[in-house]
Amino acid sequence: MRQPDPVTDEELRRLRWQCRRGMLELDHLLSGFLDRGYRDLDASGRTEFLALLDNQDQELSDWFMSRSIPDDPVVRDLVRHIVAVVTPRRT
Amino acid sequence: MSIPSRHFDALIIGAGGAGLNAALQLASADVRVAVVSKVFPTRSHTVAAQGGVNAALANVLPDNWHWHMFDTVKGSDYLGDQDAIEFMCREAIPTVYELEHAGVPFSRLDNGKIYQRAFGGQSQDFGGDQAARTCAAADRTGHAILHTLYQQNIRARTHFFDEFFALDLVRDKDGVISGALVLEIETGEPLLIEAKATLLATGGCGQVFRTTSNAHINTGDGCAMALRAGIPLMDMEFYQFHPTGIAGKGMLITEGVRGEGGFLVNKDGERFMERYAPRAKDLASRDVVSRSIVTEVKEGRGAGENGDYILLKLDHLGAEVIDKRLPGIRESSRIFAGADPIREPIPVFPTAHYAMGGIPTDRFGRVVVPVGSGSEQVVAGLYAAGECACASVHGANRLGGNSLLDILVFGRLAGKDIIDFVRENPYQRSVDPASLDEAMSRLTRWDQKGGGVPAHQLRADFRKCMEDHAGVFRTEEVMAEGYQRLCELRDQFKDARLTDHSKVFNTARIEALELQNLIDVGLSIAVSALHRKESRGAHSRPDYPNRDDVHWMKHSLYYREADRMDYKPVRTKPLTVESFPPKERVY
Repeated sequence: MRQPDPVTDEELRRLRWQCRRGMLELDHLLSGFLDRGYRDLDASGRTEFLALLDNQDQELSDWFMSRSIPDDPVVRDLVRHIVAVVTPRRT
Repeated sequence: MSIPSRHFDALIIGAGGAGLNAALQLASADVRVAVVSKVFPTRSHTVAAQGGVNAALANVLPDNWHWHMFDTVKGSDYLGDQDAIEFMCREAIPTVYELEHAGVPFSRLDNGKIYQRAFGGQSQDFGGDQAARTCAAADRTGHAILHTLYQQNIRARTHFFDEFFALDLVRDKDGVISGALVLEIETGEPLLIEAKATLLATGGCGQVFRTTSNAHINTGDGCAMALRAGIPLMDMEFYQFHPTGIAGKGMLITEGVRGEGGFLVNKDGERFMERYAPRAKDLASRDVVSRSIVTEVKEGRGAGENGDYILLKLDHLGAEVIDKRLPGIRESSRIFAGADPIREPIPVFPTAHYAMGGIPTDRFGRVVVPVGSGSEQVVAGLYAAGECACASVHGANRLGGNSLLDILVFGRLAGKDIIDFVRENPYQRSVDPASLDEAMSRLTRWDQKGGGVPAHQLRADFRKCMEDHAGVFRTEEVMAEGYQRLCELRDQFKDARLTDHSKVFNTARIEALELQNLIDVGLSIAVSALHRKESRGAHSRPDYPNRDDVHWMKHSLYYREADRMDYKPVRTKPLTVESFPPKERVY
């Protein structure tokens, strides 16, 4: 399997600011994923993450908290993936 | 160094409900207005407000603004200014109608009128039956208001500077505020925005505490800018904590969980609230539950590897009840605590939620400072509105539904007053180069290289110290020790350094700039709390357990210079009605 391209510092910094949101829950999920899951995405996954950040806070919150489900199956999978990466594992 | 500049009639710093409502008044009156926001405007923290806006519309139950005023004065534990409270409760009604006309989709009754729900602390007929006063757009009122205001501002051609960080206020040679130096986050370049009037609307400062429900953006930027401009902060010791936030993360776990039968246990599985509040137990008031949790942790009965949280147990309610009545809580706990409450308890700790204090203003949003003995004067051209401001409508404790109301009423009125101000003061004042240099030094100090304390480490240490020493457990000993430690951390800030000196989207530099704001605002909370020797509203001291109206029915004013405290009287005379004299606050 091909290794994902390395992420540049500038790309990460730019994304980090886009992960600053109006709700604490989104701050944790999005910046947590940026730290722990973003590097492992392939090029199309990274494009999808960038597109996800363009959604409104309320919509993102509804998706992450399972109050609604994204119509687009790609977005649906990404939302599930982010939650799986960020959710702490209890020992 | 030459810094590019832009000129506007009015500059608004912050794009939440207060800033956008002010901007809309200005832009609609053809005043040239700029809004500076460090994040895209619809990502402001107003979006997180779910509850609603109080206004005595009497659509569901009988109501009037005077009853709303009584509830707010009582809720404030008699520290709110009664003229400002009367004004807010009267203005609530036209403010809600104006929002409705602007397009906010308030929930409706079958007869087409705005639906109103009942919240705690609301009464009919001055303390009688429950009232229903809160107007809501389903469970996303903040989102609906923020989007409506943003779209209306776009229509009215408000000029937005998105992702610009405000560094400091600037003055002319006479000391009059004449705009602000800001930083474009994308390029890392400074920009001077000169304006005849400046409104601070930067929201809350919950990030001064380690555990908070506030978003990461809530770093008290406007309050800190005011402090550095020599303006005091008022009533900063009054900070509302919610007893059950997810431990280490801060997200709110609603009181509804305990209302449904959930209860708190320590590491030994003991229902410790039975010791602290034998009758009310887990449903005791917020400050009692918060302090009980912290006491358990301090005395070594906390759960978890580090013994630093308490457990909220609800598995006994059964999966069906939890899924039906508390679905959001189950999801929140699973995602952020990794605990499914159907099987295991939720780790919780008190979480910092809302600042009642802030930049002192009159009811027109004009910043006011004391002069001489007893009187105060308006700071020409400087305004504040929203959570960063203190028009003194919440006093020592805010009622649910009054925070959105505060930002909307005083944002709107500040906007209207600025319209008059810029018409009466049509000429732009020249910024004093010395003032600009001072603001610029706040930025350039981060260019220094070499050893020193990493800024992110200092930030974590400061927030932890605030939580331990200026949070819910406030005895003389705990706070005095904390003050010493906070001063040491403030001293270390002088040696704080960054390792990343790049310009483009240097978020580490923005966080370092925020750190200075957190330190300035944090000290204002800690020092104000240390000095107030009574318990009132959200400020609860086990060593001074009673309210002391004789000595302490007065507002605190904290000055950054030498951590000086001053005080001013509470305005007990309303505008048109009789005063509500202080009484014991019983619900």
